Amino acid sequence: MITAGIDMGAKTIKVVLLEDGKKIRARAMEFCGTDTKTATEKAFNAALFQAGLKMADVKHVTATGAGRAGAPFAKDVVTEVGAGARGAVFLHPAARTVIDVGAEEGKSLRCDATGRVIDFAVNEKCAAGAGSFMESMARALEVKLEELGPLALKSNNTIPMNAQCAVFAESEVVTLVHQKHSKEDIAKAVHDAIADRITSMVRKVGFEPDVVLIGGVSKNPAFVETMRRNLQADVKVLDNPEYVGALGAALVAAENAGVK
Amino acid sequence: MAEEYWRWKEYRWTSPDLSWKGARVVTCGVDVGSVSTQVVIMADGQLYAYSNMRTGSSSPESAENGLKWALEGTDLTRDKINYTVGTGYGRVNVPFANRAVTEIACHARGANFMYGPTVRTVLDMGGQDCKAIRCDEKGKVMSFLMNDKCAAGTGRGMEVFADLLQVSIEKVGELSFQVDQEPPPVSSTCVVFAKSEASGLLRAGWPKNKVLAAYCSAMAHRIFTLLERIGVEKDFAITGGIAKNIGVVKRLEKELGLTVATPKADPQIAGGVGAALFAKTLVEKGKA
Repeated sequence: MITAGIDMGAKTIKVVLLEDGKKIRARAMEFCGTDTKTATEKAFNAALFQAGLKMADVKHVTATGAGRAGAPFAKDVVTEVGAGARGAVFLHPAARTVIDVGAEEGKSLRCDATGRVIDFAVNEKCAAGAGSFMESMARALEVKLEELGPLALKSNNTIPMNAQCAVFAESEVVTLVHQKHSKEDIAKAVHDAIADRITSMVRKVGFEPDVVLIGGVSKNPAFVETMRRNLQADVKVLDNPEYVGALGAALVAAENAGVK
Repeated sequence: MAEEYWRWKEYRWTSPDLSWKGARVVTCGVDVGSVSTQVVIMADGQLYAYSNMRTGSSSPESAENGLKWALEGTDLTRDKINYTVGTGYGRVNVPFANRAVTEIACHARGANFMYGPTVRTVLDMGGQDCKAIRCDEKGKVMSFLMNDKCAAGTGRGMEVFADLLQVSIEKVGELSFQVDQEPPPVSSTCVVFAKSEASGLLRAGWPKNKVLAAYCSAMAHRIFTLLERIGVEKDFAITGGIAKNIGVVKRLEKELGLTVATPKADPQIAGGVGAALFAKTLVEKGKA
């Protein structure tokens, strides 16, 4: 049986197709753009095409993410925290702490071996602990978002950033540039700043091994490195980390459709 | 280069009817803020001249340029200034200042001068922070609350919106009232998120002015919560750049249910005025 999970994020929409609650058949992503419904349909069709399936083959669709209430096709919904934990434990059964950093949210949760959430903390109020922060900083440094992490890894210097707020940090970065700090050092400072925010959230709920990272920001190697250093723990990035929420939703869909 | 809508006009002023020559004390107050710098010169505690410019990447240079501009066109030279007090975010980086005083103290003192001794609550809405100050009839600070961690409720937040909507920052307030109906406030607190929310509203067909109205009222509400925590006692005065944004001020007045006091000078120079007045007191008490 084929089930699907749709993750309606703040910036992108992710779709995962799952067979018998076990095998990932396809993943697809689309920017939300101005029309989330059309974007979702596009992502869904792309996933079906990849798997060589038709809409009628999909038995159950579950949605998650900030915009889950407006997801087309979906029969039911699951919270982002719930979906993240399910997806993470499926990919890495020993995962007990899941840190999820997306475009406009940061989350940290503890879960049990079945992927059930025990405790969690969310920041959805402030860009300082979310992917948007990195985008602002990349803009201020005039580098591409994907260049920011590798740039930071080249630096061994610590310059403290005073600003937490993404808006203030942007002006601070400009000031640091004027003060002739290297882009590498500033990029590192930016990563230290966001990782500190996430770390304090992780500490609030507590963490136990294995600690895994999911969400788009975990594709940034310098962020991962800084989180490892901050937590002094082995932090593992799951494969295709930005799809873990959608995968979790597909797993919930399978369960709701009665797949054993 | 694209137009920068957040850029407000810099200016200077000299009193048309005051001379420094007969004055016993000529003092200078320099408020180097994170966004703007004001240099205020007072003769015997009366406003003689001032300049208001954007702060550059270096505080000492900004202070220096501000002083030069404040003196420009006057017959006053810097060696005739008896004492200078620096204040604001860059107060310790004013090379020619004799002393530094916090901007909280200076804004309360400046508001007392500009709005009169009946002022008990001063809201200073600056470029990168917002302070609510309770003071006595002498302009002495009794207590204060401050947000300098988050751009929501600060001038910087408004600049971001001016840029996003391509509306000159000086026109934001006025335009925000050109709506059929007052919209609900933007719901995100964070300026970054509010910006994406506003883009969504524009895509949904909201006219610019309606989005401005929604943001002005979000900012007014944000400031209201800060004021509520400290408690507002009349008279209530607003200093700093946003005091000039009627879109925020009028909505804040409505939420508070009271009217803001009218200043007898530019509300943005209150910190500099307070600093110059502190300088005068220090000279008079022989502590200079």
